[in-house]
Amino acid sequence: MTRKPLGDISAGRLNQAALDRNFADLAPPLDRHRALIEAERCFYCYDAPCIAACPTGIDIPSFIKRISTDNLRGAALDILTANIFGGSCARVCPTEVLCEGDCVRNRGEDKPVEISALQRYATDWVVQDGVRLFQRAAATGQRVAVVGAGPAGLACAHELARHGHQVVVLEQNDRPGGLNEYGIAAYKVMDFVAREIDWLLAIGGIEIRTGVALGRDFSLSDLRAEYAAVFIGIGLTGVNALKLAIEDRSDWVETSQRIEEISGIGAEHVGAALPQDDLPEGVRYAVDFIAELRQTPLAELAVGRRVVVIGGGNTAIDAAVQSKKLGAESVTMVYRRDPQAMSATAAEQAFAQHQGVTIIHRAQPRRWLTDQGVLAAIEFEHSELDGNGNWIGSGDFFRIDADQALLAVGQRLDATPVQGNDGPQLALRDGRIVVDGDYRSTLVGVWAGGDAVGGKLDLTVQSVAAGRDAARSIHAQLSAGASSKQSGVSHG
Amino acid sequence: MADLSCQFVGIRSPNPFWLASAPPTDKAYNVIRAFEAGWGGVVWKTLGLDPHVVNVSSRYGAVRWNGQRIAGLNNIELITDRPLAVNLAEIRQVKRAWPDRAMIVSLMVPCDEASWKFILPQVEDTGADAVELNFGCPHGMSERGMGAAVGQVPEYVEQVTRWVKQFSRLPCIVKLTPNITDIRSSARAAHRGGADAVSLINTINSITSVDLDLMAPTPTVDGKGTHGGYCGPAVRPIALNMVAEIARDAETKGLPISAIGGIGTWRDAAEFMALGAGSVQVCTAAMHYGFRIVDDMISGLGNWMDSKGYARLDDFVGGAVANVTDWKFLNLKYDIKALIDQDKCIQCGLCHIACEDTAHQAIIRERNGERYFEVINDKCVGCNLCMHVCPVDGCISMQRVDHGEFGNWTTHPNNPMRVNA
Repeated sequence: MTRKPLGDISAGRLNQAALDRNFADLAPPLDRHRALIEAERCFYCYDAPCIAACPTGIDIPSFIKRISTDNLRGAALDILTANIFGGSCARVCPTEVLCEGDCVRNRGEDKPVEISALQRYATDWVVQDGVRLFQRAAATGQRVAVVGAGPAGLACAHELARHGHQVVVLEQNDRPGGLNEYGIAAYKVMDFVAREIDWLLAIGGIEIRTGVALGRDFSLSDLRAEYAAVFIGIGLTGVNALKLAIEDRSDWVETSQRIEEISGIGAEHVGAALPQDDLPEGVRYAVDFIAELRQTPLAELAVGRRVVVIGGGNTAIDAAVQSKKLGAESVTMVYRRDPQAMSATAAEQAFAQHQGVTIIHRAQPRRWLTDQGVLAAIEFEHSELDGNGNWIGSGDFFRIDADQALLAVGQRLDATPVQGNDGPQLALRDGRIVVDGDYRSTLVGVWAGGDAVGGKLDLTVQSVAAGRDAARSIHAQLSAGASSKQSGVSHG
Repeated sequence: MADLSCQFVGIRSPNPFWLASAPPTDKAYNVIRAFEAGWGGVVWKTLGLDPHVVNVSSRYGAVRWNGQRIAGLNNIELITDRPLAVNLAEIRQVKRAWPDRAMIVSLMVPCDEASWKFILPQVEDTGADAVELNFGCPHGMSERGMGAAVGQVPEYVEQVTRWVKQFSRLPCIVKLTPNITDIRSSARAAHRGGADAVSLINTINSITSVDLDLMAPTPTVDGKGTHGGYCGPAVRPIALNMVAEIARDAETKGLPISAIGGIGTWRDAAEFMALGAGSVQVCTAAMHYGFRIVDDMISGLGNWMDSKGYARLDDFVGGAVANVTDWKFLNLKYDIKALIDQDKCIQCGLCHIACEDTAHQAIIRERNGERYFEVINDKCVGCNLCMHVCPVDGCISMQRVDHGEFGNWTTHPNNPMRVNA
């Protein structure tokens, strides 16, 4: 392959065999023998800490015990009743900070029970064989709209369908799955996402309409008028701005774009990002890169020869590692704070480094250096902590030559669709939808959950818990409504 | 290094580790390999009268427990399935080649004087050191009036032992079956018959498991199964008790014992010897791992004896017998409480739930809203259950809290049969 000195971004850096190898299943499944050995490591703790650490509260010792007695159906029911996405969570959960992080085997030794691998062992066969574990209750005649076919929306839809409600899921993308389909590294989920959703939908009572967007094709008011209840699980479709500020450093002659002082990389809400068209050529948002990767044959996906990823979350890790696996010669992740502050776990960071990604901590981007509009390099400034705990520039600048920069400085709720109507407005706080403990929004008949609402961690597993619990709340309300209608009481 | 050489009713062996009469001692090839590996002796797999028996295909069933492949082993193999003359020739040949090793020949013939009178001189002629009477096999042979069918009737045990002592000069070891109500009855019978020693336990009648697809017991022979003899680590506690009962029985006290039953390590052996066994016999562990296990048994026993200052086996054999007593003599005033070492506690909660559900509600699970496990001394009766369920060695220990007084059931006010102290 010819090397271009500038803007070297191209597809086909590796042959298909190498791509297949690089994107093979990251953690191959356990066979029965290995699963039994691992299951026997579980102490079957009482009131186990791992359960408390799971946002969906899966009874982990119970399902592991069932694995050890070859009661795989019982194990699968334990998991999938609590978490209908138990299969994908087994693949994508950062278990080192969840269940496995709290495994008592971490005390005195440092190897927790491989809970995620066991969870996968207990659930893979269900999806693979299309085993029907859940029965739909008799139809209630109630219709519920779910906006967003991500983990939160589909978990909500499944739980509602189980209770006999009719669910219509409205999804703006061409395929359901949300982050699982568009936002997670391919080697973590392989072709599992679509199969898992097919299995989930087999319960019946769920209609998915793709390619329709809230705020464009229908409004929240429309849904409230047409359906008995609405669940909003639209995730974070916006990206944070990379606010780069820059003192004028005129010695960089080729600089074509001013960027402002960076702040709030990560979860902080810093306003809408620049549209892609306003970024220099060669700079793109990591979420778009990953989404394209997940929907494109790998051999056709363009990647830079020298890639710089800016950010410190799981999206940054996934973008960096996948760039490397696509054949990038060098991949450098740059994060403005120290390793402990990264939202990517220590295990994720170590994994990325093992895959050949260089991670530079404590450096913030200052300027894009471009040559006739094409990215040539990025200027960074080392950062340091000031007395107030803020990371500030140290005055020590360096540059990294790059063909491609991927921005992964966090996603944000694009609130326009939920607020862009004349009716009553959903309340937002800190850039997320406000809900109560039962995931009710401030609008009557509208529930919300998942990343659009947020929580301790923006994780698939947390979204599943929110969707499931919102569905239970909706069901309780609809059941109460149905019985009160029978008694002649109406609710507005 | 301690002297491990063993003298057992006149049988000499370089160490007390013998292979029990079983498949590993079926023929010269195996026995020679065993001697090469270092075994002190063998009890040759049981000889019978010709025509020799035949065996079935599928002979073993194993109990797995928590990752352990053979926690217990069951077999339905019978005695030797080779002609008597072949075995006798091989015994002669091996004993000649390995004169320092113990060669004991196990025998099982019909329960009549003529049969014993017929076989004993032939065995003696091989140069073997002793005979062991197989009164134990609980399967197959017992249906033909041999093995356990003899061992379960003390009068038969005594009679056959008498014949053997009458028709042979060889030391006679009577192998006892555990499939009886009180092991002391058989041991006393053997003693009365003139036995030089007893060996025990033979295998325990068992069905290993049931194949739920075939709806048949295992091992399954073409759809059917039969009860077999159970051995291996799982039976060791049963064997320890039976050995101890014979060792402390007034009638059989001092009767030499060769212990058998789940022995796989030097520690297992030392425990049996502490209860009075002069030698030990091994089968399952060798069948699981091969003859090489004797290497650590020799090294481990020697090192342990050195660490305790025991120069020879006799220095500790029987050392624990005096401390095996009846329940009624135990000190009711001895009091211990569990203590959880918080630095070692991994907070699994197993001690709590075991105590809460099945014992004395003496372990709390929370303190100031935090997960925390601690013993409530007032409720703890010192049963040790928590210590056994705790997965961390040394985390829960039992602390003595009484004041050294003594008082047992024999004088306890609640005992209607008490004797006045």
